Amino acid sequence: MSSTEGFSHESRDPKWVQFLLIGLTLGFVFLLLILPLGVIFWEAFRKGIKTYALALSDRNAQSAIALTLLATAISVPVNMFFGLAAAWATTKYSFRGKSLLISIIDLPFAISPVIAGLMLILLYGIHGWFGSTLQSFGLQVIFAVPGVVLATMFVTVPFVARELIPVMQEQGSEQEWAAVSLGASGWQTFVKVTLPNIRWALLYGVLLCSARAMGEFGAVSVVSSNIRGLTNTLPLQIDALYNDYNAPAAFALSSILASLSILTLIAKSWLEARIDYRSKDKEELL
Amino acid sequence: MSVTGTMQARRLPGFGLTLGFTLFYVTLMIALPIAALLLKASAVSTTELIETLKSPRVQASLRLTFGASVLAALINTFFGFVAAWTLVRYRFIGRRMIDSLIDLPFAMPTAVSGIALMAIYAPTGLIGQHLIPWGIKTAISPLGVLIALVFIGFPFAVRTIQPAIEELDIEAEQASASLGASRLQTFTRVTLPSLLPAALTGFTLALARALGEYGSVIFIAGNLPMRTEIASLLIVSRLDENDVVGACAIAVVMLTATFGLLLGIQAIQWFIQRKTGRS
Amino acid sequence: MSVEVRQVNKTFGSYKALQDVSLKVNSGELVALLGPSGSGKTTLLRMIAGMEVPDRSQNSEEGKILFFNQDVAKWSVSQRQVGFVFQHYALFKHMSVFENIAFGLRVRPRGQRPSNAQIHDRVKQLLQLIQLEGFGDRFPMQLSGGQRQRVALARALAIEPKVLLLDEPFGALDAKVRQKLREWLRRLHEQMHTTTILVTHDQEEALEVADRVVVMNQAKIEQIGTPEEVFHRPASEFVIDFLGSVNVFSGRSSETLKGESKVYVRPHELQISRNSIDHTSISGQVQKIHRAGASAKVFVQTDNDQKVRVDVPMNQLQSLELGIGQQVFITPMQAHVFSPDYTI
Repeated sequence: MSSTEGFSHESRDPKWVQFLLIGLTLGFVFLLLILPLGVIFWEAFRKGIKTYALALSDRNAQSAIALTLLATAISVPVNMFFGLAAAWATTKYSFRGKSLLISIIDLPFAISPVIAGLMLILLYGIHGWFGSTLQSFGLQVIFAVPGVVLATMFVTVPFVARELIPVMQEQGSEQEWAAVSLGASGWQTFVKVTLPNIRWALLYGVLLCSARAMGEFGAVSVVSSNIRGLTNTLPLQIDALYNDYNAPAAFALSSILASLSILTLIAKSWLEARIDYRSKDKEELL
Repeated sequence: MSVTGTMQARRLPGFGLTLGFTLFYVTLMIALPIAALLLKASAVSTTELIETLKSPRVQASLRLTFGASVLAALINTFFGFVAAWTLVRYRFIGRRMIDSLIDLPFAMPTAVSGIALMAIYAPTGLIGQHLIPWGIKTAISPLGVLIALVFIGFPFAVRTIQPAIEELDIEAEQASASLGASRLQTFTRVTLPSLLPAALTGFTLALARALGEYGSVIFIAGNLPMRTEIASLLIVSRLDENDVVGACAIAVVMLTATFGLLLGIQAIQWFIQRKTGRS
Repeated sequence: MSVEVRQVNKTFGSYKALQDVSLKVNSGELVALLGPSGSGKTTLLRMIAGMEVPDRSQNSEEGKILFFNQDVAKWSVSQRQVGFVFQHYALFKHMSVFENIAFGLRVRPRGQRPSNAQIHDRVKQLLQLIQLEGFGDRFPMQLSGGQRQRVALARALAIEPKVLLLDEPFGALDAKVRQKLREWLRRLHEQMHTTTILVTHDQEEALEVADRVVVMNQAKIEQIGTPEEVFHRPASEFVIDFLGSVNVFSGRSSETLKGESKVYVRPHELQISRNSIDHTSISGQVQKIHRAGASAKVFVQTDNDQKVRVDVPMNQLQSLELGIGQQVFITPMQAHVFSPDYTI
């Protein structure tokens, strides 16, 4: 946010209106956002650092962390690859049904995670479309690790594509055409010209995708058997601990995820500043 | 998704590869699951479907879900507007930190938010204990559901209204003032109308998010059948009872409502754009 | 290398972008495609580059594009070896000027790729050519519009293209820079003699730079000719109207008129005098005189209520002692008559 922006937006509202609205905002944000964040760390450390360390070193907690990382490590790269392909296909070419395709890509945002889980059960459950076939190959999806991974993939499908499509739309295809006319192959054009131009937006999408992948709860809880040490992700483990009246452990694990989300927010605003900066450059170019 | 002969343009490389993979992935990951749900629901007889939806427990949960979601979205639109206005128009210490924090409900896993809210609003919680003497029960009550839904929808409202305020034409406000309008008149006649489309979108997005929310609600709600059980939770209970048909029936209602909302908002936006020539 | 376009059609949905367009550009020629926006000139250029495909036609002789008498329909953009310069430059923002120019050399397959030293020399040479020595390390954002456009040109020239295609190359620049770059481009062309096709909507630019001008309107070619030909012997009403200002006489205003035809006379082709010169002289009254410019613009209201602009050299204006309201005669020294049947 530069000084010129401040110049154009800064308001000359009466002082009392400013105080009122700033007060209202700060109060609301404090009550709604800062307080819950503080409570997590307070509750996590209330019983002492020893209880905290114990909760984290628990075998089930460790395996929950491992499963969360596994699901994230699979779904983020796959959806990143998908996002790049989808953005390229929908911004570099025109074909019938393109806007329909873009709307479909966005659908997982609009579908309740619980319903997403339900859909996966209908497909891959024992009585589902593919369930018995997969079962005969000895592959259990629902109530097992593959189901957890699939659910995580489903809820994070649009994240990268959604960040890339508007950016690539705005940049147009002139640079790509220039590269091709200079003799570059499709792959060279993508790596040398397109990728450098979209790197911040890509990183942004990957960041949001990762945050969601690590934190997904509803969809995963439906398709997971909630067996500790086996199919529990971190959020599921937190749920289980909380229901066991082991709040300190639940909050200890929560504090990891909360810290990650704070990091996400910091990285997010840093990236937003970069993306802003790039788009301002573009205006100047034209 | 075919390309007609006359429309054909020479293309950049990669058309087959990228579109092929996109269509394959979208079909496998999105279209197929939705088709499975719709087919399952359509295979059930209509009477059975209606029977499921007519059960008092389902009715109560739908009422709670829709009621609390609409109320939460309204609250969020108001406070979202105030927060967005404050963040764009005023300069104060901590502004950028608050700006970043707005997205916390976005970034924080819903289960974590859920137990944090519970810790605050439980009868023994940070705030809850002070409200009990006044006879206000926040946790394990519809009020708790509302609080969780406000929490989860807040960033949607702020982030849709904020860019609209940034793009406001300050000169239009100055023109209004130069024509003799008071501040309040300028605000209600010039500023507010031009922010209406964004506010409407913010409301709808917050509402759509609230309708499908699960993780942050279930802890604070307490999940008492007929009183604080939301639709998402009822789907999960039905699945636990192996009543897949019942789960599908509720899911289809929720899905239809959400899609209807999002389509409705697109139609309204389209109408406003057409009427005013704005983009 | 010569470029030929044979009876090409192009439709986008229901919109006709090109209708039966044929054109031959000779080797080493600089041809300007001139027309208003939507006339199809950019579509034609992109088609030659291989970025658009002509509509298919039953007749195998139609809808062809030939490079040096060779059908290039199946050639991809990169195979055609055209140097394409985009209106908004399309420079790679994340690369230095040097890397932008070197790009086409660096992406060649290993066997054909010049060595680093060769690339270096070639880019140095091109930087000199575009008068930007010492700018190699800068980034596109740090250059002015005119400099960016020259870099875009150097980048296209680096691959030693057989044809140079320029899409409104100076369209985004201000008038002064445009004038300079225009002269520079003409000089450059005289040095290199690369077959060049330039798209522009600026008639002055086309007339000044090109060996031949192709005037396009509504998906069709109106006229092909040297700048002199299209300016002095316009083939259609559109051409005369598009190339500079013109007075239109219609109805019974002149005896030279026959039937439905209209007479077009350019402001400098009218003589203004105190007395009638011959039977074509029309009487009128001076309404306004604009003295700013090389010649004065005199606006005359004729007796049958037509507004006519006459360009009068400054010294003549003084000797005539013209004033507002003065009764004068205007006489066409040259006229272009267009009617459904015949043309002069």
